[in-house]
Formats: sequence, structure tokens, C-alpha cells
Amino acid sequence: MHPAASVILFSTLSGLGFGFLAFLGWGALAPSGWAAFFLWALGYGLAVTGLLASTFHLGNPRNALKAFTQWRTSWLSREAWASVVTLVLLAPVALSGIFGLGLPRLVGQVGGALALGTVFTTAMIYTQIKAVPRWHHWLTPVMFLSFAVAGGATLSGRLWAPLALLSVGAVLLAVWRVGDGAFVRAGQTLGTATGLDRLGLPSVLDPAHTAGNYLKREMIFVVGRKHAAKLRKLALLLASALPALILLLPLGVWGIALAAALHLAGALAARWLFFAEAEHVVGLYYGARG
Amino acid sequence: MTALPQATEKRLGLVIDLDTCVGCQACVTACKGWNDGGIGLSDQDPYGASPSGTFLNRVHSYQVAVPDGPAQVVTFPRSCLHCDNAPCVTVCPTGASYKRAEDGIVLVNEDACIGCGLCAWACPYGAREMDAAQGVMKKCTLCVDRIYNETLPEVDREPACVRTCPTNARHFGDFADPESHVSKLVAERGGYDLMPGMGTQPTNKYLPPRAKGPGAASPLAPLLDVKATGIAGWLDRMLGKI
Repeated sequence: MHPAASVILFSTLSGLGFGFLAFLGWGALAPSGWAAFFLWALGYGLAVTGLLASTFHLGNPRNALKAFTQWRTSWLSREAWASVVTLVLLAPVALSGIFGLGLPRLVGQVGGALALGTVFTTAMIYTQIKAVPRWHHWLTPVMFLSFAVAGGATLSGRLWAPLALLSVGAVLLAVWRVGDGAFVRAGQTLGTATGLDRLGLPSVLDPAHTAGNYLKREMIFVVGRKHAAKLRKLALLLASALPALILLLPLGVWGIALAAALHLAGALAARWLFFAEAEHVVGLYYGARG
Repeated sequence: MTALPQATEKRLGLVIDLDTCVGCQACVTACKGWNDGGIGLSDQDPYGASPSGTFLNRVHSYQVAVPDGPAQVVTFPRSCLHCDNAPCVTVCPTGASYKRAEDGIVLVNEDACIGCGLCAWACPYGAREMDAAQGVMKKCTLCVDRIYNETLPEVDREPACVRTCPTNARHFGDFADPESHVSKLVAERGGYDLMPGMGTQPTNKYLPPRAKGPGAASPLAPLLDVKATGIAGWLDRMLGKI
């Protein structure tokens, strides 16, 4: 799939933002005054920037409000609801923290749970797509949630944050290991795509069109294997190992900031791969899938 | 809206006969021609160095290595299959993508489309293309503006691709009626679904190319084993020794 900057930024930033908001909502940090203002602003800033980035992916964004109508069937619509409800529900919690209003903790806890629920709905947008076998697996939401939890734990300075970061690495390794065989396991070939497996072994004779089209640009993105291998190592190092190590050093707030920045860079690399390496079955018609 | 209907009264769709299709691209042209009217299917740089455009129907060509017979070339038209279990419909967040309960046609309401592209991702068959100029999703409408159009002569009330096909490789009809032309064709010729493993339950069916039998020996085959005689034979032997 085409690794569009808009969807990479959307899923990464909103994932980190909602992850951090979950920790703030649960009261992992109980800041007050200006400290509370800046921390909540960081959480809201990341989440909202991510959501805004997603609108750049739309060809016709003036209809965006209609995306709230189909929550019964569509994960994208559920994601729209979950994100807005979370942001609205946590607003009084943030104000209570900043101005010391003493709002009951339960509101924050519900909002925090919804924040992780939002990350789950984001993941399900991709997981539900059977035509992309690499995504169509329960490890996809596990991966999205592990990033959100590790990012939130890092930003809120949890003692166990290094463990959460290392578990992101383990999940990434599992995702790649399972994902690399997913297309073959799905069992679709040019033979099943055309039904010509009844006759024999089909292959492409002439392309249907010599120039590009939407399908080829959007769904038949081919990533160089060498670059992918390098990026995987880089993603592991940046998203998982390095920030975990830095958090163990006595660097205080600066350590947290550095670890979070490295983690975010690694998350972006991992998310780029998530799209770039995902093989859509429509590529079969164009002879693009071996 | 984006919930799929439990069942549809009619199941309108196409049968595509891979035995008679010659890959002339007439269906591609007729489709583009008919659907280009009104809101249209845009092209980018159509006469330039890197042309691109929105099409609802494309014709591929494949070669098939047949285990005990001559290789075959199969031209293969690909368009929306109007699936009973259409994954493109349920993923739509706005309700723009829908399947009609009365005849099973899968359509896009462009006034409600936000151009997120998720339906195109959900479709295994590449049946949907985003229009680069309009930012909304385009797909085969089964020429819904022809098949019920009483201002057209009756003979023209079928999809443009079917109407134009010079080899009669495309057939239009109601699959819910077992006595219909298309249902009979599927029964007689072993019509099949594309990628049944994807669970989409397509309405459109493809008819396999008929078995071609073993390849006949070439009429030129005896000439392959010509032995030169006389002077030519002597020359052949002498030159062969050098």
C-alpha cells in the first residue's frame, strides 16, 4: 500500500496522543496548575494534530461530518466517534487538573479507557481489510495498542516504561514474522484471481494499461527489500531499544523527552513499513505478487 | 445505509465469457464514453507523456501454461462484481457506498463521499478508482442510468459494455431468476466466482475458456526433417565435415 504521509502521521501521532491521554485520564500523573496545562496540551496537541493530518488523506473533506453516521458497520466511523467522545469527556478532567476543581476520578478513568478504545478502532480500520492479508490479523491491534501504551508510559514517566518499550520491540518482531508469510497463507494467486487456475498456470502477457492508475499508485507500492530490512532494524532500535536504555539513565525530564522523541521517530519508521510492506491482493491482476 | 441488505429482490449482474472475449477494449471505451457524461470520469495528462485516468472497466491479458495442451492467451475484463457480501459497502464511514435492496447494484452516492479511499482498499478486485480531479470514488454502476431508462430504445437498456461487445462475450441479466439467460449460461458453462476465498460472494460470473484439445501437428512439420539428396546432399555432407 502507498505509505501516504497523512495516514502515517495520523495513526502515529494520534496513537501517541491518545496513549498519553489515557495515562493522564487514569491519573498516572496528577499535575496541577501550569504543569497540568502543558501536559494536557501535549496530549491533546498530539491527538488533534494526528486527527487533522488524517483529513489531508480525504479527497473530498467537506463531507467529513457525514463520517459520524455509519458507526453500526464502519470502523472508520466508530473511530471518528471514539476520538471525539474521548476528547470531549477528558476536557473537564483536564480543566479540573489545571484549576484544581476536584472532579471525581471515575470520569478520567472512563475517558482514559475510551482513549485506548480509540486506538483500537484506528487499528481495526486496517485489521478488517481481508484484501490486505498482512493487516488482517489480531496482531495489528496488539501492535497499535502496544505503541500507545509504551508511548503514554514513557511520556508520563512510569517506572515500567522501559519494559513497555521493549515489549513494543517484541510485538514488532512478531508482526513482521507473522506478516511476511501472510500473503502466501491467504492462498490467493493470479490463478484464483482470474479463475484461470482451472486451465493451468497463468502469468501476465500484456499489462492492461501502459501508464499508471489509481490502483497501481495506491495499492501496488513496491518497497526495496534491502531498504525494508534496514528500516526494520532502525525502527526496532529507535522505537524500542534506545529509548528503553535512555530511560534507565538518570537524566530526569530530559531523558524522558529524548526517549519519547526517539520512540516517535521509530514509530514513524515502523508505521511507514506497516503501509509500504502491506501487499493488496489486487496486485495479482497486475502480476505484482510473485 | 452501509449495512448490507439481507437479500435483494433481483440480483442484476454480468456474465463474462472468457472463451469469446478477444480483448478488443471496446467495452472499456464504451464504458468510459457512457459514464464520462454528466459528472464524468476525469483524465490527467491524457495526451501527454504520462497519461492516467479513471476507468470502471479494464481488460488484462494473460498467458496460461496448460499442462497437457498448447499454451493459451486469455483476455480478461475486470470490473465491479456487485458482490452480495460487498466489503466496500460496510467499511464506508459516510453511507456513500451502498448496495440496493431492489436489484443488488452496488453504488456510490458521490454527494456523501469524503474520498477516504477505504472502500477501494477493501475491494479485492480493484473495482473502485478514486477520481483524481473530483476526489470522490468511482465504480461501475451497471449502467443504472441505461437499464431502467425508458427514453432509450429497449435494445439499448443494458450496460454499455454489454451493448457494445462485438463478440457477445458480455451478458447482462438477473441471477435471482434461475430461468434467466445469465443463470442458464452459468449452469451450462460452469460459471465461477473470482477469489471465492475472499468471501465476497460476487454476483458477476466468469465463463472459463472452452477446452481446446491437444494441439494439432503443424502442417509444416514434415519439412522439419528434410534430408538433402543428390548434389545438395553431397555438399551438405562435405560442408558438415569442415
